[in-house]
Amino acid sequence: MQQQVKGAGAPRDWLAVTEAGLYCRPGGFHIDPSRPVARALITHGHGDHARPGHGAVLATTATAAFMRARFGPEAGTLQPVVYGQEQQLGDVRVRFVPAGHILGSAQIVLEHAGQRVVVSGDYKRRRDPTCPPFEPVPCDVFITEATFGLPVFRHPPPEDEIARLLESLRLFPERAHLVGVYALGKCQRVIALLREAGYDKPIYLHGALRTLTDLYQESGVALGELPDATSADKEAMKGAVVLAPPSAIGDRWSRRLPDPLAALASGWMRVRQRAKQSGIELPLVISDHADWEELTDTIDELKPGEVWVTHGREEALVYWAQTRGIAAHALLLTGREEEEGE
Amino acid sequence: MKFFAALLDRLVYTPARNGKLALMGHYLRTAPDPDRGWGLAALTSELSLDFAKPALIRNLIADRTDPTLFALSYDYVGDLAETCALLWPDNVGGGPTPRLSEIVETLQRTSKAGTPRRIAAWLDRLDSTGRYGFLKLLTGGLRVGVSARLAKTALAESFAKPIEDIEELWPTLSPPYDSLFAWIEDRAPRPSPEAAPRFRPFMLAHALEDQKELAGHDWQVEWKWDGVRVQLVAEHGAKRLFSRTGDDVSGAFPDLLDDIQLDAVIDGELLVRGAGGHAAPFNDLQQRLNRKTVTAKMLAEYPAFLRAYDLLVDGGEDVRGLPLAERRARLERLVAAHTSERLDISEVLTLSDPAALARLQAEARTLGREGLMLKRGDSVYTAGRVKGLWYKWKRDPHTADAVLMYAQRGHGKRSSFYSDYTFGVWRGEELVPVGKAYFGFTDEELKQLDKWVREHTVQRYGPVREVEKRLVFEVAFDSIHPSPRHKSGLAMRFPRIARIRWDKPAAEADRLEALAKLVEARPEPARQEPGLLAR
Repeated sequence: MQQQVKGAGAPRDWLAVTEAGLYCRPGGFHIDPSRPVARALITHGHGDHARPGHGAVLATTATAAFMRARFGPEAGTLQPVVYGQEQQLGDVRVRFVPAGHILGSAQIVLEHAGQRVVVSGDYKRRRDPTCPPFEPVPCDVFITEATFGLPVFRHPPPEDEIARLLESLRLFPERAHLVGVYALGKCQRVIALLREAGYDKPIYLHGALRTLTDLYQESGVALGELPDATSADKEAMKGAVVLAPPSAIGDRWSRRLPDPLAALASGWMRVRQRAKQSGIELPLVISDHADWEELTDTIDELKPGEVWVTHGREEALVYWAQTRGIAAHALLLTGREEEEGE
Repeated sequence: MKFFAALLDRLVYTPARNGKLALMGHYLRTAPDPDRGWGLAALTSELSLDFAKPALIRNLIADRTDPTLFALSYDYVGDLAETCALLWPDNVGGGPTPRLSEIVETLQRTSKAGTPRRIAAWLDRLDSTGRYGFLKLLTGGLRVGVSARLAKTALAESFAKPIEDIEELWPTLSPPYDSLFAWIEDRAPRPSPEAAPRFRPFMLAHALEDQKELAGHDWQVEWKWDGVRVQLVAEHGAKRLFSRTGDDVSGAFPDLLDDIQLDAVIDGELLVRGAGGHAAPFNDLQQRLNRKTVTAKMLAEYPAFLRAYDLLVDGGEDVRGLPLAERRARLERLVAAHTSERLDISEVLTLSDPAALARLQAEARTLGREGLMLKRGDSVYTAGRVKGLWYKWKRDPHTADAVLMYAQRGHGKRSSFYSDYTFGVWRGEELVPVGKAYFGFTDEELKQLDKWVREHTVQRYGPVREVEKRLVFEVAFDSIHPSPRHKSGLAMRFPRIARIRWDKPAAEADRLEALAKLVEARPEPARQEPGLLAR
């Protein structure tokens, strides 16, 4: 039995995929557009969702700050909103609620013609000391990501992964542990998790991680002492944690480190063969995306009439939803980063 | 299992020797007894637990997952054990994490019938890392880049004992090595190395690239026989047959071992007799391989024998340090004195003129030989592949131009690439598959092929893509045999991609009739079978 939403106000009649991405006609805005548009609503600050060159931009305060830091004047006319604050845009009521993905990340709730659509953006359900948790909003249509939309993706507790990193530091005390992290979100979460585990030594940072980490600290996330890896003494980094963007791991930059042991914090590290291909010695399965169980549990919890799947491994999630009697299809948005997008 | 699984998990990712040594040393020092002994046995390949075939694992996981979700997952992951480890339900609550010793000791006494249920119960009690290690152990392929020697080195280094002392003892020990651990932890004196038949590492050959490499030395020239290289060990009143990798394959060849009465260690080629008492083609020998036991029918139809190449131990005397010429003289005397059809000697070929070598190599195919072996007359028997002492010169491969028909994603390191290619040749107006190859190209070419496959897909069947019939491969292959399993009726042995013919139109690829002419006649020609049989 498929409880597809039909009739005049059906979301498929007022929310559609265009070349620029998801477009809400009665509201006159795009959500996370992949090319410059007049009015954009941005779920969170990652580069495949937040892009420069739009006219007016509606985003949470933290997301707006990240966009300003990354794009400068190209960020557009930023209009920061707070979680839960309702807005009327044309014929559509809009509010942003926490998605639990990274600091500032939001789901966008759209209400029009008696129907409620939730655009989840990227989200997770695990605890994250650096951002408020995902807030479930019952809805008629749930637009979900599917980055880890296969049942093989079950992320272990992040505390266990941090414990493996700490054990490796004890086992290889002469080697710098170079952990690849995405600059926005993952970097600060890994630091926060290490601090929670009682690791109070300096954590060295690659220069590319500095600006966004400063913004986290300014918004009240305590991260401890974070010296610069680039100018640090090689001897001091023996047995230390050094964070860098994944691209720096195989780069000449890493030669300044003492016998670096390459680690990478990412949900992709769950699949061994994938991790091996990337030359990683210590894969840490720490993800800011929902794993298979979080994706399916969330759909079970929200009980939407329809599920639209935006990006990732849509096929399995669409299939799963259909076996539950929920109408589901893939949206096929372009411009999302498939392999790297954490 | 927790300690061992964590070790395997890290070894998989650690390429450097020192890193592996540190991880194994840590395990051997910290894991409890007797688990670490079983772990050491697994790392040194002393433990063979081939209780579970991939089909069993597949059935177990199929019972617990949706078939579509399983298929999508397996396609993505590319490795059955890993797919199963990741998909198996967590937190089923079957009790405490099983210990490695519990698993190994139980499996060794369990009847086969009870195994699937028991395996499932263990999987219920493990986490995903534990399941992965357990399944790798069950299916017999750890593949963590650790040799027996490296594991023993880790043991020696982490307990500060000479590796030679451990290696000398090794053949007399058996898992879980209580006496070994007691000694290296200084809780007991060193066990005495008792006499037992043992494997010696093989001497291996380099491929001959240029005849100039042969200048300035005397060479012993022999055929490279198309069988399986083995080591016959008959010493201390016992007999064993070891494979190239040091596996004991005695159980599969009772006919050979029962008939041989020697006190020696011989390096030779394992072959079976075909028509007229001559060495049969490799296909026949294959009937005898990879079996734990053999039937009387097999023994009668494919009688095995050893064709001796070299002598390592002669009446208890280690002769590996003698030059080849002296070892050969002793070997000839030994074989001549032994009156069994199960043992003969690989003849030394005499060259009448300098061009004779190339003529012989060209003749190898017609005679059903794999090629030529060239061994320096003064070479001592050295473990491994030493440059400049032994060369192999294989027969030239056949080649054919075939058209790419299907591509499949690879496994392991290549799980994101379409790297397995099925190709065909023309039969009338249609293409029929004749083989499948997944090597012979460079990493750069693999990327180009992967891209080409993705851009020229006409149909998808799960992990397989059918492509436009446009791309021609020059395929090299060792031989071709009749095969009822292939639509074309032919199957290639050792096919590999010799060249990618981006330039060649598919219509100009080879025809099936041309390939059918390459099928080797059997039995092999009676000519030139060396003399000792008729002696």
